Formats: sequence, C-alpha cells, structure tokens
Amino acid sequence: MCKDCGCGLPGETPIGITGHGHSHPHSHDHTHDHDHEHDHEHSHTHGGRVHSHPHSHGGHTHDHDHDHDQAIAEDQHRTIEIRRSILEKNDRLAERNRGFFRARGLVVLNVLSSPGSGKTTFLRETVKALGDRLKCGIIVGDLATDNDARRLRESGAPVVQITTGTVCHLEAEMVGRALRQMDLGGLDLLIIENVGNLVCPASYDLGEDFRVVLLSVTEGEDKPLKYPPMFNSADTVIISKVDLAEPCGFDREAALANIRKVSPKAQIFELSAKTGVGMAAWCDHLVEAHEDRRNEDPFLT
Amino acid sequence: MDGALSMALERARQAGAVKVFVIRLRIGALSGVVPDALQFAFEALAPGTLAEGARLDLDFVPARFWCETCQSEFQADNMLAACPICQAPSRNLRAGRELELASLEIE
Repeated sequence: MCKDCGCGLPGETPIGITGHGHSHPHSHDHTHDHDHEHDHEHSHTHGGRVHSHPHSHGGHTHDHDHDHDQAIAEDQHRTIEIRRSILEKNDRLAERNRGFFRARGLVVLNVLSSPGSGKTTFLRETVKALGDRLKCGIIVGDLATDNDARRLRESGAPVVQITTGTVCHLEAEMVGRALRQMDLGGLDLLIIENVGNLVCPASYDLGEDFRVVLLSVTEGEDKPLKYPPMFNSADTVIISKVDLAEPCGFDREAALANIRKVSPKAQIFELSAKTGVGMAAWCDHLVEAHEDRRNEDPFLT
Repeated sequence: MDGALSMALERARQAGAVKVFVIRLRIGALSGVVPDALQFAFEALAPGTLAEGARLDLDFVPARFWCETCQSEFQADNMLAACPICQAPSRNLRAGRELELASLEIE
C-alpha cells in the first residue's frame, strides 16, 4: 500500500504480472538480504520489582500496595529508537534493479503522467521511431486491464504487464519480478510505463536512469505547479500532444516557465506522437543517452 | 503505511514486544504524506497485529533549503520556495522529504 494515499489495502486484488513478449524466464534470483541493524534501546523502569512500600509514621505502619500488573507493565514499558526511512526497502530494491540494469548496459526510463496524457501512444511511437537504433522492451503498470500492453505490443517490442490491483504506483519489487518475465538479451532501452498518477509514484524509485514526466497540452499550463514533487523529480519533461496546442489555447511560454520553476534541471521536449513532430529530437536524445551509458562503463564493450 | 507498520511490527517482534503502544513517525513537510490518509490506513491495518489500539504520533519536519548565492539556509513549507534574502528560488533541499519510523513504545 501507498504511504501517500493509502491505496492498496490488504485483502484486495493481488498484483499480477503477465508477459507475452517472447519471455524466457530463466533468470536466477539469488537475493539474500542481510540486515545488520542494531537498535538502541532505552528502557525506562520505574522502581524495579518492588510492589509494596511499607513505611511507618509515628509508630503505625501503612502498607501501600501497587497493583501488581500495573507495576509489571510500567517496568517493561520501553521506547525503541529506530530512525529508519520507511521507503528504505523500496530504495534498496531500486538500487538492486539499478545495478542489474547497469551491468547489462540498459538505459531505463520511468515514464509518469496523469491518466490520459498520452503515455501509451507516445511510447509506442517512440519504439517505432527508434526502429533498429535501439532495441526496446516495455514494462507497463496499470490498475486493471491489459489494454495498454496490447497497444504497446503493436510496436513490436516485448511487453510485460504489471496489474497492480488497487496500488496506485509501481514499486521496485514489482519491476524486479516483471524483469524475470522479459527476455532482456540484446535490449538497449527498457521503458517502464508507470500507473497514471502524478502523486504517489513520485516517492518510489524503480532503479531508472531517467524519470520522464509527461504534460499534455490539454491538461493546462499550471500542472507543474499543482504537482511539484512529481515535476521536481523529473529528469525529462515531455510536453505532449502539441498538435492540439492551438485548439486548446495552450500558453506555451507559461508552461515552460512553470516547468522551469519547479524543475530547473529537467530537459524539456515538445512533441506530438500523433503527427511525429518533435519525435526525432527525442529519439536522438535516447540514442545519445545509450551511447553515454556504453562509454561510461568500462565493463561493457 | 503498510511499510511503516510492517517495519514497526518487525522491530517490535525483534525486541520481544507483546504490545505496541505508540508508533512515532517523522514526516517531512515535502514528503507528500497526507496525515489523514496515513491515520486512516493505520487504523485499517493495525487490528489483529501487535499494534492494535496503538497511537500514531507524527513529528513534522519543516523543509530547509540551501541558497547558493547567500550561502545560507532557509525554511519553507513548499517546493517553490525562494530565499528570503535574495528572493532567488532554491532547489537545494536539505530536509523536508523525511518519512521515517522514529521510535516505538512497546511492552
């Protein structure tokens, strides 16, 4: 369940992972967590185990008996200091994913947006436009249905679907499991299409290299100001559906200013997957990122 | 919340607890956490565990930014914060994204 919105209460739909994309699940998972944490315990005891305090006042004795159970409870009531991040487990699994991706020379995108901003069409067209330049695989997360997975398969890329049930975001562990369903041999680019949501997925690192956040012109220029944690975490912001900018009365300058305000470091691309405008620059950027990855890692040739 | 609760229960069990009275979390101003949602989720998840009936305490951590120009730190409650001295926006967040299990009170 999600720390932000409380989604995914137990007892509801379990998370399903289905792959139909030439999957050869022969991965061997040897994962052993070794948790060597040492808590510092501060126990506060009150009066040891003495439960009666007889004392005398001027020759006669008062016996003050404490309630036995109460005294035991007070004795054993203690505070344990922990101070550990609740997202630590996800962060650790994300780092494991990241190491796995690096070792394979894969560039990985975590693609995020509101529902309906055009992620699926954008990604399908990205894979098609890249053609032979980069071999792509896709992991797609949705609450329900495999409609997006089916649409993405039209691109020819292997696709693994994660059905999250009631969980509003993908987590590193789900991605780790989905990876076992995908034949990663020869892949250059792994695209993870997150659940459509601009809030909770911001907190969950999946091990990606680049966080790609979409803002479609139909959503309004002020979306980055409304969802600052998400846009602030973006490495790349895509302004999508620019073919609709005019009918929507989209104020491009205002949108760019808002993005830069919240996310000064993000690279911005403006494009339309439908007409193809801007797609070439985006694809060149991915090819360069992949070349950089290959060059920076001395273990890859 | 299940992350926080399962971490709390694991620690409580390791410490040999038979009951958890208080779970204290540290929540950064920019963590994105909605306290009501957290409380709701806690109440939904705690029954049947060692933490049934426990109190959820939230300690809030204000956001602190670092201004490169002024070489000083300032506090703010949102991500679009500007330095109070030079008015320049800062994205150099030093604190405020915390979501930590701070401590447990157990028996």
